[in-house]
Amino acid sequence: MELLLAITLGILVSTSVYLMLDRNVLRFLFGLVLLSNAVNLLIFAGGRLTAGAPPLIAPGEYAPTGVVANALPQALVLTAIVIGFGLLAFTLALVYRTFMTLGTVNSDEMRIAEPMDDKDPGTGKPGPGRADPQHPATGQEAGL
Amino acid sequence: MSWLLVYPILIPVMTAVLCYLFRNTVAGRWISVAGTTALLLASLMLMSEVLDQGVLAAQMSNWDAPFGITLAADLLGGVMVVITAITGLATVIYSLSEIPERLERLGFHALLQTLLMGVCGAFLTGDLFNLYVWFEVMLISSFGLLVLGGTREQLDGGIKYVLLNLISTIMFLSGIGLLYGLTGTLNMADLHLAVRGVENTGLLTTIAVMFMVAFGVKAALFPLFFWLPASYHTPPVAVSAIFAGLLTKVGVYALIRMFTLVFDQDVGFTHTLLLWLAVVTMVTGVLGAAAMNDFRRILSFHIISQIGYMVLGLALYTPLGLMGAVFYLVHHIIVKANLFFVAGVAKRIAGSTDLARIGGLYAHAPLLAFLFLIPAFSLAGFPPLSGFWAKYVVVKAALDLEMWFVAGVSLAVGLLTIFSMTKIWGAAFWPAHPDGIKPRLSDLPVGDRVALMLPIVALAALTCIIGLFPEPFVQFAERAAGQLLDPTDYVTTVLGVQP
Repeated sequence: MELLLAITLGILVSTSVYLMLDRNVLRFLFGLVLLSNAVNLLIFAGGRLTAGAPPLIAPGEYAPTGVVANALPQALVLTAIVIGFGLLAFTLALVYRTFMTLGTVNSDEMRIAEPMDDKDPGTGKPGPGRADPQHPATGQEAGL
Repeated sequence: MSWLLVYPILIPVMTAVLCYLFRNTVAGRWISVAGTTALLLASLMLMSEVLDQGVLAAQMSNWDAPFGITLAADLLGGVMVVITAITGLATVIYSLSEIPERLERLGFHALLQTLLMGVCGAFLTGDLFNLYVWFEVMLISSFGLLVLGGTREQLDGGIKYVLLNLISTIMFLSGIGLLYGLTGTLNMADLHLAVRGVENTGLLTTIAVMFMVAFGVKAALFPLFFWLPASYHTPPVAVSAIFAGLLTKVGVYALIRMFTLVFDQDVGFTHTLLLWLAVVTMVTGVLGAAAMNDFRRILSFHIISQIGYMVLGLALYTPLGLMGAVFYLVHHIIVKANLFFVAGVAKRIAGSTDLARIGGLYAHAPLLAFLFLIPAFSLAGFPPLSGFWAKYVVVKAALDLEMWFVAGVSLAVGLLTIFSMTKIWGAAFWPAHPDGIKPRLSDLPVGDRVALMLPIVALAALTCIIGLFPEPFVQFAERAAGQLLDPTDYVTTVLGVQP
């Protein structure tokens, strides 16, 4: 069972990395969704996979009897799912709003906050858009 | 259990609710001011209690550690909450003038208070998963603040900030999952004991590096800092200032906490890695700052370079080094927020933050020029300001270990810091304004002038006080570093037993 989960995790992570390498911000976001689900599974597997009864304590007792499933990872995963859902909903709305405002979801064309001109070489990285012939049309003047 | 530990979280959340309910009226902003003042008082009470009685701990819902969620405050946690409250209050007062009513109606003050809650929670929690939750609280409110208003620059910077920070939290979460799988506990004090029994030390070091990457993104360490200069200059100045002051420092705090309390097994590997990351972070940050031509973008790169000094203090892992890191954290939050405030006033009266488009501030607003010089010189490390002592301690710690190269680099970085500060001075303050405008503070309405200048004067005064009377602050940092290096007190207080 652990092996199956490990393989699933590997596939999920590699798919998400592939998606996150894309310049399309929306694809990047889908990669993040996959990755956060992979991590949820990881926490679940980290708590050991035991086939046991639900961790319920009988009335009058202080501890459960017999083999019970580990409840803590489930609580952690539940919290992480809720938080992740909220964050991803926000991010999806942000990407949509950015698309409506900037007219692009291509991360190479998003240079408004850090325009590339001579006196201002951006982050210090060689900009990926520098060799792009379409680059001058991406409205860097409008961002000034 | 001590209620003092709960107030720094409870007060901001209640203020946030009230601010949201009254966001359409003038009452909203004054509730925000009152709530942050209450937060400052509560944090000072907490601090005096910690100074008095040592480490404080409270078990939520009376679930004993390590099963429940623990809140704990040692000297470092306590002082970080105090400095959060101070920066928060300064920002709220500043935003009375700077934030337009349109943004207030969108819930600016509620988001700001939620941010303060998240930051205070992160400083006070004693549970790793709870730390993740506070990080998320902090993140979602910072996302909101960053893009509030929705200009093109904000959305562009916001996308990068949000996506890269989400990767960091996912990394953090997977580190938590693996650490739980390895040790079976998430209580930090309990982890301190549990990691000693771990046989698979290789996996433990791997997890340590995962945490290093996760917190490294938050703290803007090289080569994980690219979200910071992409976004910090885009939101309103009040937002920039509180981000610059607090957010990256939460990352540094988390690094210090985890790499003194939990991951002190393989210091030879993890802390050496941190050391070189710190050195490269310093250099990259200051070179980036030297290349910029915008007031706020220069300051953003300075954050990165200064983060290097703090992490250097941690990486040296000597009492003196950690003492420097603690001192540096406190000093830098004050100074950095203040520089952003000055940039905001310059933008207000001179019309821009682009250095090519402003000028004349020295001739027409000498008070502002003077108040710029205090934090700027402090940042670069001029005596007798707070930055001098912070740098002195860190460099001394490096020299004591005979790390000549590291000490030399950190001194050279200080010199380059001055270079980029002279760049700001030479473009914004000294020459006449290119459009012939005379940027005068007296042109601002009286109310605006008070709200804008009060935080700047107060923070500058604090810088001078720390600089001129460093003795109590140095002693405090020394005690805090002692607690970090020997966490017996922390562990016994949280777990309630002898280790």
